Amino acid sequence: MNFPSKLIEDAVNEISRLPGIGKKTALRLVLHLLKEDTSSSMQLAEAIVKLRTEIKYCAKCHNISDAEICQICTSPRRQQQLICVVEDTRDVLAIENTAQYQGLYHVLGGVISPVRGIGPSELKIEQLIERIKTAETPVEEIILALSPTMEGDTTAFFVTKKLKEFNIKVSTIARGIPIGGELEYTDEITLGRSILTRTHYQTD
Amino acid sequence: MHLENISLTHFKNYASQEVAFSPQINCFVGPNGSGKTNLLDAIYYLCLTKSAFNAVDMQNIQHEADFFTIRSSAVKADKSYKLACIQEQGKKKQVSNNGKAYDRVSEHIGEFPCVLIAPDDTQLIKEGSEERRKFFDGILSQLDRVYLDQLMQYGHYLKQRNALLKQFAERQYIEQDLLDSYNSQLFRLGRLIYERRREFILSFIPIFEKHYAMLSDDKEQVGVRYESDVAAADFEQAFRQSQRKDLILKRTTMGVHKDEFVFEIDGFPIKKFGSQGQQKSFLIALKLAQFEILAAEKGTKPLLLLDDIFDKLDDQRIAKLLELVAAQTFGQIFVTDARPERSREILASIEAEVRFFEIQSGRVALIN
Repeated sequence: MNFPSKLIEDAVNEISRLPGIGKKTALRLVLHLLKEDTSSSMQLAEAIVKLRTEIKYCAKCHNISDAEICQICTSPRRQQQLICVVEDTRDVLAIENTAQYQGLYHVLGGVISPVRGIGPSELKIEQLIERIKTAETPVEEIILALSPTMEGDTTAFFVTKKLKEFNIKVSTIARGIPIGGELEYTDEITLGRSILTRTHYQTD
Repeated sequence: MHLENISLTHFKNYASQEVAFSPQINCFVGPNGSGKTNLLDAIYYLCLTKSAFNAVDMQNIQHEADFFTIRSSAVKADKSYKLACIQEQGKKKQVSNNGKAYDRVSEHIGEFPCVLIAPDDTQLIKEGSEERRKFFDGILSQLDRVYLDQLMQYGHYLKQRNALLKQFAERQYIEQDLLDSYNSQLFRLGRLIYERRREFILSFIPIFEKHYAMLSDDKEQVGVRYESDVAAADFEQAFRQSQRKDLILKRTTMGVHKDEFVFEIDGFPIKKFGSQGQQKSFLIALKLAQFEILAAEKGTKPLLLLDDIFDKLDDQRIAKLLELVAAQTFGQIFVTDARPERSREILASIEAEVRFFEIQSGRVALIN
């Protein structure tokens, strides 16, 4: 793509580095910013700088937070003995939106993948161990809510191994047929697995 | 099953080409380098989503083009299917069936089975164990989706474990629990892969022996012996003991990725003790066994791709093969030959619809 101005080219290159945005969309955004008041660009720039410099991570669960300890960790209504281990903040939001979970979280910040140079030390696994050791209310159960990918499975396996030294129940979220889904359209692997890990039918 | 036609755009040396096939025998003739084998490869691509000759998809795009497409109308059990394989430069390969793209390309493998007999099959005997694993995995993957999935997962975990070994070696430090996480996945999948391969070989051998006996008039005994680290009762212990070695070599030295299939003749490795003729019969018998098993399991005859075999086989073996063709053992057949008059002569005796196509530097013309 040829640009009439080096300034526009630089801006397009920066914006198109964002996920889901190609060169054409980036150009549209750039031209839109130029059409608007200078102040709106300033506000955007300021918001981004503030986001990057002032963002905090909860010292307990490592979720994104405005304060030292996040709202979930400080909430008295939350069950302190239950910790749900997730990959990132998006997973916390997803589980929160279900309104079915009243425990705490622990955000690992990724999954183990040696090929991509991500080992346990790049994640908050050590911090999880430390957190269990020093918890005021003893932790009773760890729920592993990691994506059912090969990396997610390895991470779950590794975390479980690390938790062996504690007398804590370790569980993992169920895998199977989506609710409202048709059996015949479910992929073979999921269906096979949900047959093998079938659950007791409860009538009450 | 058969293909009614094929349409290529920017595939290897084809800029743009459409060919209407005979449901029975199709013979591609033309000088060396004209693109006969590339046409077979396009058919192979549609069936197995990859090239038989060049594993790098991007390199199969015509020089200086941005993409290739292969399209075809296929008929299987009286139903028609529109197949397409599209590869754009720098993008993910897309395979679609009746306009619906697969989420995972591997889901297509096995839907339209095919068997290729090519001159470089000799690698199966001459090269290392990887070639032989690829051959048997290729058949099993077409038969058993779950096996293919397990194999891909195994490969993935193996790659991760090897990357880990490399990091540990560089940092001179080991996180044993993490290695164990990978070990346990490799044990679990390796066991499943081993069981499936072992079971498969047992059913493969008698069919293979039958075809060898038919091809060769000699009375030698042939066989395939499956060897695997996993077979040992103390495999997991031995695997753990080899960890030190793994760390030095920065790769995993034991497991099903090292399995061997030993090709034997009268109890000796055919690589060293088989004559040229015996090796050729052995290879064709392997392929015919592959064809028979796929046909039986899939309930449809696979496409048979014969690359340059009239040149490589002696008259006696060609005659045997033609007996099978005449007996309608096969479904649709695609043959390449650099010498048109020879092909015409050989195929003249066959009662089937034979179409001859002349290929000249990426152009195909029907010449019946």
